[in-house]
Parts: sequence; structure tokens; C-alpha cells
Amino acid sequence: MNNYYLEMKDMSVGYNGNSLIHHICIGIEKGEIVTLIGPNGSGKSTILKSITRQLKILGGQVVFDQENLMGLTYKKLATKMAVVLTERMKPELMSCHDIVATGRYPYTGRLGILSREDEEKVEAAMEAVHAADLGSRSFNNISDGQRQRVLLARAICQEPDIIILDEPTSFLDVRYKLELLSILRSMAKEKQITVIMSLHEIDLAQKVADKIICVKGDTIFRYGVPEDVFEEQMIRELYEINNGYFDPRFGSIELPKPAGEPKVFVMSAAGSGIPVYRKLQKNGMPFTAGILYENDVDYQLARILAMDVVTEKPFCEISDEAFEKAVQQIRKVDTVIDAGVPVGDCNKKMSELRQLAMELGKLRDRVETGIPG
Amino acid sequence: MQKTEKKTTGTSEFHAENFKRRTRYAMVFIVLAIIFCAVIVLNINTGNVNISIPRILRIIFLGEGNEMEYNIIWKIRLPRILMAAILGGALSLAGFLLQTFFENPIAGPFVLGISSGAKMMVALTMIYFIEQFHTVSSFTLIAAAFVGSLISIGFILLISRRIDHMATLLVGGIMIGYVCSAVTEFIITFAEDSDIVNLHSWSQGSFSGMTWSNVQITAVVIGISVILVFFLSKPIGAYQLGEAYAQSMGINIKFFRVALILLSSVLSATVTAFAGPISFVGIAVPFLTKQALNTAKPLVVIPATFLGGAVFCMICDLIARMAFAPTEMNISTITSVLGAPIVIFMMLRRKRVR
Repeated sequence: MNNYYLEMKDMSVGYNGNSLIHHICIGIEKGEIVTLIGPNGSGKSTILKSITRQLKILGGQVVFDQENLMGLTYKKLATKMAVVLTERMKPELMSCHDIVATGRYPYTGRLGILSREDEEKVEAAMEAVHAADLGSRSFNNISDGQRQRVLLARAICQEPDIIILDEPTSFLDVRYKLELLSILRSMAKEKQITVIMSLHEIDLAQKVADKIICVKGDTIFRYGVPEDVFEEQMIRELYEINNGYFDPRFGSIELPKPAGEPKVFVMSAAGSGIPVYRKLQKNGMPFTAGILYENDVDYQLARILAMDVVTEKPFCEISDEAFEKAVQQIRKVDTVIDAGVPVGDCNKKMSELRQLAMELGKLRDRVETGIPG
Repeated sequence: MQKTEKKTTGTSEFHAENFKRRTRYAMVFIVLAIIFCAVIVLNINTGNVNISIPRILRIIFLGEGNEMEYNIIWKIRLPRILMAAILGGALSLAGFLLQTFFENPIAGPFVLGISSGAKMMVALTMIYFIEQFHTVSSFTLIAAAFVGSLISIGFILLISRRIDHMATLLVGGIMIGYVCSAVTEFIITFAEDSDIVNLHSWSQGSFSGMTWSNVQITAVVIGISVILVFFLSKPIGAYQLGEAYAQSMGINIKFFRVALILLSSVLSATVTAFAGPISFVGIAVPFLTKQALNTAKPLVVIPATFLGGAVFCMICDLIARMAFAPTEMNISTITSVLGAPIVIFMMLRRKRVR
């Protein structure tokens, strides 16, 4: 029997009594970052709204810190759980300091007047999100990135054990995304605050989360650590991707490869092929690549974008078999691009390939093909 | 070392800001209080019979003076001015509550049809009671107005549940207002001649004919409501961030919403029961007050709005009485002339901000 900090036991959620997602069984430990991913409209927000009690849970149970979530008073819940929502608010005549100060609500007296201690906590929270200088600015006149940080500061000074965020990174540019997620990361690690959030950016989810919940259809598609969840096939099915690729190793997204009879053969090593592949892909030119060692960075992209890749096991001398395959490829195509291959003891055969291409009059270097290095 | 230094300047800067804020609040209250006193004196002093200030003071504090002037002050002008103050404050506060509730700065008891609903029920009750018993108590009128307010608000809530759009909500409110006014006119048309005189001037909105018993009842009902509203200022402040955030701060939303509706209904119903429907005060005064204070914090806005509404309505009443004396105008005529431009200005400004 595992004692989770927050456990959804056979939970069903939905709107107006219509259950949309059923049989949610998830256990979350204290101090974990759990990220919900899934296509638009899959019900990520519905699940979050149910955990924050904006929506009634339609079946099953949620156990939160060993108590029934639905049985807690709103007041008690407020001292343990804070939220950052997607709804855009336009509060009238409120400064950022005012907004952050509302986080102290559960702790102030009947009239909600802040004590000195409260004020200090407000300031500390604003500093934690690097928003100390925004205090007197009007909340309606700051940028989206600043706004999101102020809302996070508001949640922090509520001193919760758990923070729930609904798509906190939407509207943010890449710098603020990274900043926000690293603040969450350090909060989880240093203060043992549990974070549950939904994200659109699967690459960021993979990098920030301890656990991933994939939401699709009427149930949880997959739940587990990112290492298990992020398989190419899994992501493809989750988002129904049929014209592009997701590379789980780096979390990068690629457009579909140009299909057809290969016209170009790319010789490269150690990353020199990557800009060439991208250029060819943008021009819709099908290509093959080789001979790449399987531990070469070029190989990671070539296997996604090239029609075929001739490979060799790492640190081995190029075999006759691989060499023969490459020769055939070179004979088939119109052009061979040499993106730059350092030749050493084990890949001496690459110079032979280059020689062959030159004799056939197909060899071009990257400058000739107009590809920037 | 450098970092701590930086922090202290940030804090002291913030404290300076805080001090500036509080000074501003204090200034607003002081100015409102001064105007309040000045308008009371002016209101008592002016009229068809002019009474000089020393004589007023003597009559009020010493009970001396000739009987006619004594009666004018004690039986006519003083209750009237007090009613204008209390009801004006109540109306503004009702507006503030409705704006909070609907998250819409142009909501108010008049545009949402709440005043008209109250007017309709009061007219019905008045005619029925006067025909049956030849008299009607103030409490009965307040109760009738309260029921009418709740009927209108009920309709508005039905509309707002289906359509979450600010303009639609207002159109719905205005329609309800028209229907209720039509019913009221219908009732008045078929009422006995003797009732009409009273009903007609009341249904247009007026502070005339107030008695001390009116003042007493109003002061009790409004006084209790205002105190309750004041103690709701903490959840109101949280609610300004939206319902979901308010709930996450520990507010029982259902209970809070019911409390807001009931309190704003009592406030606007009491106004309508005694003075009839009064337009625009509920929108214009909270807006002006918030701008003057440069904050929407309920803890300061609630008392300031009440005071501001009192001052606004006393000034409007003074104009209604004096502008074309001896002919008295409807109070709504004046509040509309002064209030409507403010509301239009508000809307234009919001467009620009967005």
C-alpha cells in the first residue's frame, strides 16, 4: 500500500454531470512535478479543475494529504493548494503588489488587512519570481510574461504544499518559459512543493516533469516517468501525428521528410550534415545519407529526414557491406554533397567514396550547393 | 552586501508608495466629508423660504426660532436631506456590489431592471393596500420592493447563465426594466385618482415628502446592510480576481454569491420603496470613487462609495428642488444628466485601454 500525497482513485471528471474522462488512477508523491500532456480539448483542464474543486468529481475519490479532497473546507484547502489559471483577468485598478497580496488571503483576519509579516512574504514571493520591481505597476499594463510571473508569485505567497497550473507557459516567449519552469523546478526540489500542470510543449514537459500524464479520449492514455512515456510511437498516437516526427531523445519536432526517389546523397559527420538535411528538406528534395556511425549526431536527424541511411557500428572500421551499399546509393543519385567528413583510421573508406563521386562528376561541396556552414 | 542594499531601497520605495496611497485615501475622505457638510448646510438653507445659517444653527441645536422656519427645517428639509444621503449611499453601494457580482463595471440596479422590478411590486402593493386598508406601512413597501428586486435579479441570473456576455446582460436588464415599467404604467392608469398623484411623482423618482419615521426605518435597514457589506470586503476583494481564484483562496462561492445578491437587493429595494427608481447613480458614483482613490480595494471603496453616493444624491436633490423653483424636477432627470455622460466616458475609456 503506497501512501501517495495526492491520489486519484478511479476518478471520473466532466462538466454538468456528463463524465468525459473515466477511471483515472494516479498517485503523486510530495515534491514531484507532474505534467499533463495531450491534444487540445482532451480534457487536461477538466482534470485540473476537478482537482482544484472548480468542478465536481463525478465518480471515484481523490485523497489529498490523507484526507478526502471533497470533504475539505475551502478555507482549509486554500492553505494547502494554490492555483495559476489560464483565464485572463482584467482586474480594475490593481497593482501587481495587490494581486500578489491576495495570496495571503487565507491567513489574514476578517477585514483582510496585511500584517508586517504578510507584507514580507509578499515581497519574498515577488523576489522569488524576479518580479520585485513590478510591485507598483498596474497589473493590466504589464506583459504576458510578467503577468504570469506575478500570478505565480501570488500562488507562492499563499504558501501551498501543492501548486496547480493550467498551461502556465502559453503566451510566453522562450525566455520566460524557461524561467518559469526553472522556478517551478527549484521550488519542487528545495521546498518539496508538489506541482501539477498542463503543458502544450511536449519537449518542455519531458525536460521538467518527474511524471507525465497523457490525456486522450475518455481515459488516461499513459502515465509514467518521461523516460517511459516519451517513445516516438506513443507521442505519435497521443497527438495523432501523421505528417511529422517527434524525436524523444532531444524532444525535438520535425516536419515530414521529402518522399520520392532520392536525388542527393549526403556525406557528413559530427553535425556537419544537419544544416544540409534541413535545407534539402525545405526544398522538398528526397535524399539519402551515409556512411554515418550510429553514435553520430547527424544520424539522429538523418534517420528521421533521409529516405535511407547507410550506417556503421560505432568505432568500427567501415565494413565492405556498408561501403558497397553507399556506392550503390551514389550511383543512383544525381548529386553527392560533401558536407565535410574528417577522415581517420577507421573511416578511410570515406575518401574512396569521395573519390568515386568526383569521378562520376557528382561531387559538390556545401559552398557550391549554397548551404551555409 | 550589494544585494541587501538593493533590497532595502526596494522596500523603502514600496513603503513610500504605500504612504502615498494612504494619503490619497485620506484626502478623498476628507474632501468628501467637507462637501457633505457644506451640501447639508446649503440644502437646509435654500428653498422657497431662505433661512440664514445662524438661524439654522439656532433652530437645530437650540430649538429656537419662529414656528414656520422650525417646521420647514425639522419636518421638511432635514428628513429630506437625510433620506437623500442615506438612499444615495445605498444606491451607490448596491451598484458597486452588482458590478462586483457580474464582473461588469456598467452593471447597476437601474440598468439591470432591478429598480423597475421593485417599482412594479411597490406600485401593486401600494394600490392594493390603500384600497383595502387605506394605509400602507414602510416595511410593507420595503418588503414589496425587495420581492420585486429579487424577481428582476432572478431573470438577469437566468440570462447570464445562458449567455456570458456583458452587452447581452445589459440589454436583458434594460428589457426587464421596460416590461416592469410598462406594467407599472398600466397599474397607475387604472388606479383610483387619489392614488395617482402620489404614485406618479414617486414612480418617477423623488425625495420629496419624507418623514422622520421614513428616516428611522431606512437608517436601520440600510445601516445593517452597510455593516454586513463592509464585513464582506475581504471576500469581495478576492472575488475581483474572478470566481475561480476566489474559491482557491478559500471562499465558499455559493454562499458568497447569495449574500451579494441579497444585500444588493435590500439596498436598492429600500431606495426604490421610498424614492422610486433613480438612474445612473449606481454606475457613476462607484466609478468616480474608484478613480479618485485610484484603487478598487473594497475596504476603502465601500465607505467611500457610500459617502460619495450620499453627496452626489444630495447635490442632485438640491438641483432638482432649485433649478426651476418653485417647480420641482424628478431626481432621475438630474442624476441622468450628470450620470449618463460619466457612463459614456467610462465606456469610451475602456475601449481605449483595450
